[in-house]
Amino acid sequence: MSAIRLRRSLTTLSFLAPALIGIAVFFVYPLISAVYFSFTKFDLLSVPQWVGLDNYKRMADDPFLLQSVRNTLWMVVVFVPARIVGAIGLSMLLTQLRRGAGFFRTVFYLPALVPPVAATIAFVYLLKPGTGPVDHFLEKIGISGPLWFNSPTWAKPSLVLLGLWAIGDLMVIFLAAVLGVPESLYEAASLDGANAWHKFRSITLPSIQPVILFAAVTGVIYTLQYFDQAAVAGSIASGQATVGAGISQSFGYPEGSTFTYPLWLYTVGFRYNALGYANALAIALFVVALSVTVILMRRAKAFSGEES
Amino acid sequence: MTALLETPPAIADLPARKIKRQNRLAWIAKHSIAIVLVIMFLTPVIYLVLLSLMTSNQALTSDYWPNTWHPENYVKVFRSTPLPHYLLNTVIYAVSSTVLTLASSVPAAYALAKLKFRGRNALFLTIICVMMLPPQVVTVPLYLMWARYGLTGSLAPLIIPALFGDAFCIFLLRQFLLTIPSEYLDAARVDGCGEWRTLLRVVLPMARPGIAAAGLFQFFFCWNDYYGPLLYTSENESSWTLTLGLASFRTVHHVDWNLVTAATVLAMAPLIVIFFFAQRAFVQGITLTGFKG
Repeated sequence: MSAIRLRRSLTTLSFLAPALIGIAVFFVYPLISAVYFSFTKFDLLSVPQWVGLDNYKRMADDPFLLQSVRNTLWMVVVFVPARIVGAIGLSMLLTQLRRGAGFFRTVFYLPALVPPVAATIAFVYLLKPGTGPVDHFLEKIGISGPLWFNSPTWAKPSLVLLGLWAIGDLMVIFLAAVLGVPESLYEAASLDGANAWHKFRSITLPSIQPVILFAAVTGVIYTLQYFDQAAVAGSIASGQATVGAGISQSFGYPEGSTFTYPLWLYTVGFRYNALGYANALAIALFVVALSVTVILMRRAKAFSGEES
Repeated sequence: MTALLETPPAIADLPARKIKRQNRLAWIAKHSIAIVLVIMFLTPVIYLVLLSLMTSNQALTSDYWPNTWHPENYVKVFRSTPLPHYLLNTVIYAVSSTVLTLASSVPAAYALAKLKFRGRNALFLTIICVMMLPPQVVTVPLYLMWARYGLTGSLAPLIIPALFGDAFCIFLLRQFLLTIPSEYLDAARVDGCGEWRTLLRVVLPMARPGIAAAGLFQFFFCWNDYYGPLLYTSENESSWTLTLGLASFRTVHHVDWNLVTAATVLAMAPLIVIFFFAQRAFVQGITLTGFKG
């Protein structure tokens, strides 16, 4: 009897072995060493030296950290809701279109396929101050356009525009949710004389609430690791010589306005080689990301491990 | 009685006609919004394509439309820049990572969806945590690990992890495999199939759409990946991928915006072509990640 059980366990193990090794080597091991390194001081040449809580104390008065936290918080507060509202709006519009819904859906989805680096380059050109086509168009209708990626006030909103353009995957998720709302609920509401707005408020929104939670949590996680677009936009818009890893010199351009938390972490680690401090920043990021994830796992069925 | 119920035809018609007209107005309004949005969504890509067909001088102006058409820019960007090399690295990374990730993730996803074992729930929760973990958290220790083995500056740190499963891929495949009724598996087991045979003979053919979606996501992720190549390959230009090359392109070939945009168009074109062939698998995959209420 136990021989059969042993064999069964071994079979299960053979299915899981690659993933278990992967979790151990690429998740558990680096996480534990990050915790350890965060209490040390070292660079690529020296040996780690125990410094206790120094790295965490240093976080308290680091003006760059403060700036990057502010920028990332700004993105969490503006970027995430903007994308959710945009995706719900687009999917509601798509359900209303009788003709050509498939065409419209494909077009709205397409930008999500464009590599973020390519999309960022396209947007920096599109929003080039003065001579770019958007400013050109605005000038024609009598508005003098902002400096977009070259203005400390407008650089982050420009990144939001970029994120709204590439909203396709979120839109598809919301579209599936909106289409999943039972038609009978709407019919009942119509009999009661509800108008379109009432139906949206009291039927659609409550029905898709779990998906909104999902989108909010994954959106926050995405924003916490927001790197590519901010790095590339800063580099291209600044016009500085930035090749390969040298891109960190233009991080945050202009005036640190696009300087997000992951950019600061990268700079500390790979430009200043302050690896101990970089690990302390990493652990702080981990704690925040984990708490956000726990919210999702508590609330959402698909993530709780129970069979749906 | 009947006289009371019958409303004069003129009055009865009025609201109906009004509603019809309102409907038509709403129809026009909705489609107008949709068309404006279509223009806004397509403009960046169309502008990029037009720019890539201009001369390098015209590309510096604020013109939208090329005075003369220069499709040879696309040949030029292949001949006079390291683009073919970047492209080759990207293809190597994306293809090998996708194949290896699927091979290592499918069995794990199958075990999580269809086998009963102790700690299954804990393992699944761990995988969700890995999936949600910002890559920057483990960047420094992993970089040091690869540097110890002398593998930084090559594509190896990007490809080797694919041998050991990918959290998102496992999650997506598990969600898909849950939708396959267990009766099919039980039937195979009764016929004397072992678990591996059941997976290969029965489950794999049924899971093809899910595997296609997971493979597409992995391929797209690798193709678009910027952080990984920046971290591990930036010190050695011969290992650069397209994304890394694109971000540095402007400075190497500083004034040739037309060539930069041609390279940018070339970086996104394969993805759009693949999408049109595999649209269904794609949309289904995204819907799976979003789960149903």
